[in-house]
Amino acid sequence: MSYQRYDYEVIASWIQPGERVLDLGCGDGGLLKYLQDVRQVRGYGVEKETEKVMAAIGNGINVLQLDLEQGLAGIEDDSFDHVIMSLSLQAMHNTQRILAEMLRVGHEAVVSFPNFGYWRHRQSILNGRMPVSESLPHQWFNTPNVRFFTIADFEALCEQEGIVIHEQLALDDGKVILEEPNFMASMAAYRLGRG
Amino acid sequence: MKQSSSVGVVTPQRARFEAPLELRSGGVLPGFELVYETYGTLNAARSNAVLVCHALSGSHHVAGVYADQPGNIGWWDNLIGPGRPLDTDKFFVIGVNNLGGCYGSTGPASINAATGKPWGADFPFVTVEDWVDTQALLADMLGIERFAAVVGGSLGGMQALSWALQYPDRIGHALVIASAPKLTAQNIAFNEVARQAILKDPEFHGGNYYEHGVVPTRGLALARMVGHITYLSDDAMAEKFGRQLRHGKPVYSYDVEFEIESYLRYQGDKFAGFFDANTYLLTTKTLDYFDPAFAHGGDLTRALSAATAEFLVVSFTTDWRFSPQRSKEIVNALLHSDKRVSYAEIDSVAGHDAFLLDEPLYHGVLSAYLANIRV
Repeated sequence: MSYQRYDYEVIASWIQPGERVLDLGCGDGGLLKYLQDVRQVRGYGVEKETEKVMAAIGNGINVLQLDLEQGLAGIEDDSFDHVIMSLSLQAMHNTQRILAEMLRVGHEAVVSFPNFGYWRHRQSILNGRMPVSESLPHQWFNTPNVRFFTIADFEALCEQEGIVIHEQLALDDGKVILEEPNFMASMAAYRLGRG
Repeated sequence: MKQSSSVGVVTPQRARFEAPLELRSGGVLPGFELVYETYGTLNAARSNAVLVCHALSGSHHVAGVYADQPGNIGWWDNLIGPGRPLDTDKFFVIGVNNLGGCYGSTGPASINAATGKPWGADFPFVTVEDWVDTQALLADMLGIERFAAVVGGSLGGMQALSWALQYPDRIGHALVIASAPKLTAQNIAFNEVARQAILKDPEFHGGNYYEHGVVPTRGLALARMVGHITYLSDDAMAEKFGRQLRHGKPVYSYDVEFEIESYLRYQGDKFAGFFDANTYLLTTKTLDYFDPAFAHGGDLTRALSAATAEFLVVSFTTDWRFSPQRSKEIVNALLHSDKRVSYAEIDSVAGHDAFLLDEPLYHGVLSAYLANIRV
């Protein structure tokens, strides 16, 4: 199973059947299609690039072409049960604002991201090279990622912003990591609420 | 991938409706005619019909050419045909000249049977909703209970939107392109300048110029010039014309010097040579009046709650006449009333006119959406 598929399963486990969800950075709509199949969600994706919008439309997904860096202006408070951002937060500049917007338009937020504190990444840095792995597949010069943070960093930000962590799951190669996740997990997912 | 092509030679048809038509303005027409064209074949289940609605100056001649006029290509020909986004191997496509038009449907230049003279200024105001009603009557006549999709750009998009509200059971998908849920004050202002140009033309004769054997061409040309400015983006105009001087240097005259002046005068005069001034006046008012949220206290979400269709909304980045922001109002209202909607904001330098072009990403989005419609 792919790295992304584990992420899908974790997210789906936090979604109730029939929910209204918004998936930020939906790409070709793969996650929404999965959530429609396994959770019968009524969903919308948000995507910035026209090529991906076209692909999502081709997959029969409701997709809205918006630039998330501009926020979700025009979408009313509490419009969704869950607002999801799967493996994209590290590619956004306006981290705090986006988290705030997710928890404004959604009752809860679900966020997953690659953990830059993963031991293999640390080892890579110690060896003098930027990490390249399954969860960080790009080279430093072509990565779409602009924010480099660890599980510990993310939890500190939630604390600072008054965001409540309802559930957390850290994974490495599909296995749940309970001990030392900031060191042992390559990715993490959070179910978040308002303080 | 299959080769795409034009629908080829087409023939306009005419439908006559004998029953009196009551319009929302209070006016009544004692029967009327609509000219229309069709492309492709209506399937046995009659489930593959797509209505294409035209904008301010469009017509029923949406695609193809006429046998005796091979240069007269339909205004949205690049969209329609075998292998094109609106694939006529799959869909049965209909274009209608709207009521009040000047391409053959009953309009101000038609003869009013009560007087034996052209309607002129007496032709009643028509609204987008009236147009949709008459399109539905045409659909009845053609045996089409439900359109797979209604498609339109600009004012045509307003008709697609209105279809979803007026006849929710008779439309599967609404494609609302470069449009808006209502005009802004700025938009109405441009229309008013256009109207004043016509109304103040000494040859307008209160709208009854037909009987004077004249046409208010100066006013109509001016109106069209104003329109053309708003259909192009600043960048597109700069790219196309810049400050190019016809004589290479200033000659200090009011004749054409800058190429943009030449373009606008040419477009204005050409338009005034064939379009009816009363239709132009009437249609700009149709645009101005459209506001489905008005009856709901301005609440667009509530207004759109009647719709059951699925929506594709498309805007263009440099369109300032019908800006992306206006399309997003439609999208957000649909989102909040739990409708199925997708929205694409196409990067283009062409301004409002972009909806008529065949930029690959734009047509790609339309193709992807239309391919998923089951008929």
